Amino acid sequence: MKVRVLVSPKQGILDPQGIAVRGSLEQLGFSVSDVRVGRLVDLDIETSDESQARQMAEAMCDKLLANSLIESYEIQVRQDG
Amino acid sequence: MADSRPRIGVLTFPGSNDDTDALLALDRVGAEAVGVWHQDDALPELAGVLVPGGFSYGDYLRCGAIARVAPVMEAVTRFAESGGLVLGICNGFQILCESGLLPGALRRNDSLRFVCRDATLVVAAASSPFLSRCSPGDPLIIPIKHGEGAYFAPPELVDELERHDQIALRYEAGANPNGSIGDIAGVSNRAGNVMGLMPHPEHAVNPLTGSDDGALVLGSFVDAARSSTLLAVRG
Repeated sequence: MKVRVLVSPKQGILDPQGIAVRGSLEQLGFSVSDVRVGRLVDLDIETSDESQARQMAEAMCDKLLANSLIESYEIQVRQDG
Repeated sequence: MADSRPRIGVLTFPGSNDDTDALLALDRVGAEAVGVWHQDDALPELAGVLVPGGFSYGDYLRCGAIARVAPVMEAVTRFAESGGLVLGICNGFQILCESGLLPGALRRNDSLRFVCRDATLVVAAASSPFLSRCSPGDPLIIPIKHGEGAYFAPPELVDELERHDQIALRYEAGANPNGSIGDIAGVSNRAGNVMGLMPHPEHAVNPLTGSDDGALVLGSFVDAARSSTLLAVRG
């Protein structure tokens, strides 16, 4: 089962990368009110059970992939293929 | 007990680069400093552990996140839980936060720049085995060199740290180099036997290279190690 984990700075946590990217986008003429820069982790988990895959990904986020003090995460279970 | 040159272990991870300076500095301030490899799942009899700076595992994922699952960290966690003295410097501080041995987290500097210069710190803790040679309010000049050294803890956690004398060091007011909340440069755990700081005391032990204020921190650590019981951790 393919699982995509999106880790981003928690709301309220200053994201200097996001601020820098927003400044650069504005330089290029794009108007953006907020930019947050995060991290994407693609996992291939050996199970065909969607809820089990989700549970495993959650445990991985809590233990390693995200630091819950400063980051939040979103798990997207994707169909194989 | 009361060993005149207490044995302190200095960890080496792939990507550690201040381990040799830490060994030399500890030796200079009176310890018997020994190297400990990241794959070791046991610790020899030690009176203290120093987790040095560097870029363990290339800072992949988050600084310190990969190192915290290295076999040696399980042993260090047991050492700390038994009351053993553990000091984390820079990347070592990040590793101790990621391990849960210290509260809080370190994030990217506000400036997005790597800062490398002397910093003026102010001793904040009234009582810490790592600062016994200093008094609260004392200024210390110790170099910093980091890109991800902005200390963060939610406001309620910062209040708790203040209440329990866990804020060890702050950057001088008005000279916060990285955006750390409350100008915090170093913190301790509740019991006080684990401390972490972003500045590098091991680079400030010889007047030849500028300040030797780092020797006050490492010397305090060695004093405390000298009067503490040796602990070994089995694999």
